[in-house]
Amino acid sequence: MAVTVKLPTILRKHAGGEAKVGADGATLRDVLGDLEAKYPGITKNVIAEDGGLHRFINVYVNDEDVRYLGSLETEVTEGDTVSILPAVAGGC
Amino acid sequence: MSGPMFNEEQVQRYARHIILPNIGGTGQRKLLDASVLCIGAGGLGSPVALYLAAAGIGKLGIVDFDTVDVSNLQRQILHTNDDVGRPKVESAVEHLRAINPTIEVEGHDTLLFSTNVYDVFDGYDVIVDGTDNFPVRYLVNDASQFMGKPLVYGSIYQFEGQATVFMPGQETPCYRCLFPSPPPPGTVPSCAEGGVFGVLPGVIGSIQATEAIKLITGEGQTLEGRLLLYDALHMDFQEVKIRWDADCPVCGKEPTITELIDYEAFCGVPAQS
Repeated sequence: MAVTVKLPTILRKHAGGEAKVGADGATLRDVLGDLEAKYPGITKNVIAEDGGLHRFINVYVNDEDVRYLGSLETEVTEGDTVSILPAVAGGC
Repeated sequence: MSGPMFNEEQVQRYARHIILPNIGGTGQRKLLDASVLCIGAGGLGSPVALYLAAAGIGKLGIVDFDTVDVSNLQRQILHTNDDVGRPKVESAVEHLRAINPTIEVEGHDTLLFSTNVYDVFDGYDVIVDGTDNFPVRYLVNDASQFMGKPLVYGSIYQFEGQATVFMPGQETPCYRCLFPSPPPPGTVPSCAEGGVFGVLPGVIGSIQATEAIKLITGEGQTLEGRLLLYDALHMDFQEVKIRWDADCPVCGKEPTITELIDYEAFCGVPAQS
C-alpha cells in the first residue's frame, strides 16, 4: 500500500530535507522498514532495539495514535497518512 | 449580582466583545472574573499574555525567572529594546499593564519546583504552559491535574508547533497520556541550539490565548482531545486525536504518581536550559 509519511523536523535531514515522503507496506512495520531502506538511519529514534516503538515518539495513522491501534502491526491502507511526532519542549 | 455588569471604562474597552455573538456581556463578565496563570514570559508567553490582558482577564499571573536578552527580541514581543537586562517578569508586568491598566497583573519571578508550584498555582482558574523544557512541562501537568485546573499546552520547535487543552478530571487525557516518556537528552536541541522561527510562537501562543478564553467563557469547542500540529514552513495544519490512557501513571485508573516530583532525573536534563 502506498502511503504518505509526514516527517517531523528532526528527521527531515535523513530525507534530504523533505517534509513528506512516500513509502510502501501493508503494516506500519513494513512502511517504516521501507522508509529505512530508502533513508538509512531515519528510524533509529523511532524503532527501539527490542523492535518496538520508542515511548518518546508518537506515530499516527491518519489521526489515530498507533498505540491504540496495533502499534507496529497496525495495518495501513492505500492513501493513508503516517505521521511521526516527537515531543518538543520549546516555548522560549 | 447587584449593580451594573460593567463600569463605563469597561463598556468602552470591551465594546467589540460585548456586541459579539458567543461572547457578549455574559462572556466578558466571565473573563473579568477569571484568573489565568501564564508560565513563561518568552516566545509563547508573550502573545498569550498580551491577548489575555487585552481581552480583560481579571487577574493575569506571569511566571518567569529569566532576564531579557537581545536575542529574545526576535520573537518575544512582550519585551522591547529598553528591557534588555531586566527581569522578564518585571518587563512583562509593565507592558501588560500598559495594554490594560484596569486588570490585575501579578509577576512571579521564580523557577517552578515541586516545593512551590502549588503555592504559585493557587488562586488561578486556568494554567497556560509556555515553558521551554520537559521537566517543568511534566511538573506543570501533574500539578494542574492534581489541583483540578485546565492546562492549555503549547510547544514549538524550529518551524513546527503543537497545541492542545488538557482537562483535569475523570477519563480526560493529560500530557503524560500524550507523551509518556520524554526524549533522551540530546535528541531534541533547544531553541538556542536549533533555532526558532520568530513568528512561530506568535501563532501557537495566539492559539493558546484563544483556548484559554474559550475555557473561561464556555463557548465554542476547545482542543480538548485533539492535538493541533502546525508546520509554518509549509503552512500545514493537522489534527490528531489524543486519547485518555487508562494506564497513565498520573491520571489513569490506578495512578502510581500521586505526589509532585521534580522531573530532572526522569528527563536527564536540568530543569532550566
